[in-house]
Amino acid sequence: MFDGREPIYVQIAESIRAEILSGALKEGDQVMSTTQYATTYRINPATAAKAFAQLVDEGVLRKQRGVGMFVTDGARTLLRDRRREAFFTERLAPVLREAALLGITTADLIAHLDRQPQEGDRQ
Amino acid sequence: MTGYSVSTSGLGVSYGRTAALTDVTIDLAPDRIHGLLGRNGAGKSTLLSTLASLRAPSDGTVAVDGGDPFEDERRMEHTCLVRECGDVIGDEPLTVNLDWFALARPTFDRAFAEDLLDRFGLDPRKKPQALSRGQASAFGVVTGLAARSPLTMFDEVHLGMDAPARHTFYEALLADFAEHPRTIIISSHLINEIETMLETVTIIHQGRLLLSEEADNLRARGATLTGPAAAVDRLTAGQTVIGSRDLGPTRQATLFGDLDTAVLDRAADHGVTVGPVPLQDLFIHLTEHPTRTEAHA
Repeated sequence: MFDGREPIYVQIAESIRAEILSGALKEGDQVMSTTQYATTYRINPATAAKAFAQLVDEGVLRKQRGVGMFVTDGARTLLRDRRREAFFTERLAPVLREAALLGITTADLIAHLDRQPQEGDRQ
Repeated sequence: MTGYSVSTSGLGVSYGRTAALTDVTIDLAPDRIHGLLGRNGAGKSTLLSTLASLRAPSDGTVAVDGGDPFEDERRMEHTCLVRECGDVIGDEPLTVNLDWFALARPTFDRAFAEDLLDRFGLDPRKKPQALSRGQASAFGVVTGLAARSPLTMFDEVHLGMDAPARHTFYEALLADFAEHPRTIIISSHLINEIETMLETVTIIHQGRLLLSEEADNLRARGATLTGPAAAVDRLTAGQTVIGSRDLGPTRQATLFGDLDTAVLDRAADHGVTVGPVPLQDLFIHLTEHPTRTEAHA
């Protein structure tokens, strides 16, 4: 579960973001409590609480006193918008560097992309 | 009831002319789960016994909840040390043992203790002397958890338990800790099992403090780089490599110390993946070659 070098709370926050993006967690859904998180993944409850606090700050989760944590309305759009920017700077840039090393031209890339089924276009 | 803070300053404990602990200074914040690691004979049990006032310091000071706990009634009855030897009355049924624990521990929760007995499959009519090693360990865990003491210490208690029983222990500990925060110190050799529960890690080696710091900081100081050998070597040049192994043309190097994060960020461009270093690997490295690492630190 925790295979990154980042602090565990960062990894938990990231896994919840990924679940929201994939639709596994929907807007309005309740997420597990800190105790459930702690016992399920054998982590310190404070660590889970820290992850939740970060997501509340980001506007992805909201706390309902005495009930629990819920995915906010608009959480998915919020995450998608932020990820889109990161996609070009963090994900695509290294791929393009690698392509340049291998002598793959922009035209080659465009031709390749044109042959792919366009998952994003249907949405 | 909130947890007790724990600190020592220049703590030394000697058995006759043998020094078991020398100049140990630690500061553990309340309401957290702290890990105490060390090899056999490192001084872990001596440290925990001293924190529990079962023995007095030869040098330096101990402070629990801001004051000297030795022969201090309030601090001592709110401090619970569970040892592998059990500290139970062998020829009285478990239920009678629980009566005594309830008398000695003001925060003891009898109903929780009964519930835990049930979860560990322990028969309250049995006597400790009739328990297997695993059952005796489980009973120790029951008394330690149900005591709900502001300072609760588990000294290698769960070594004798099998994997399902240990799982029950971790789950009960984490769930109860979430509901009733308190200061918990766990010493264990099963490092990979408890690693993610710990908020701080303290390592003692040959009676001296090797490190005591936030688990996240420790994690940030280690990294594994896995990829083509030449690329891994290029990236790790000039850094503290504490271990390396090869699988065909793939090399995995383990780094520890002040890492060059720019190098780690560039790793992916060279087909090298960056991963965490298990606490157990760091522990083995640090306690095998403590002086070498100090020289690099």
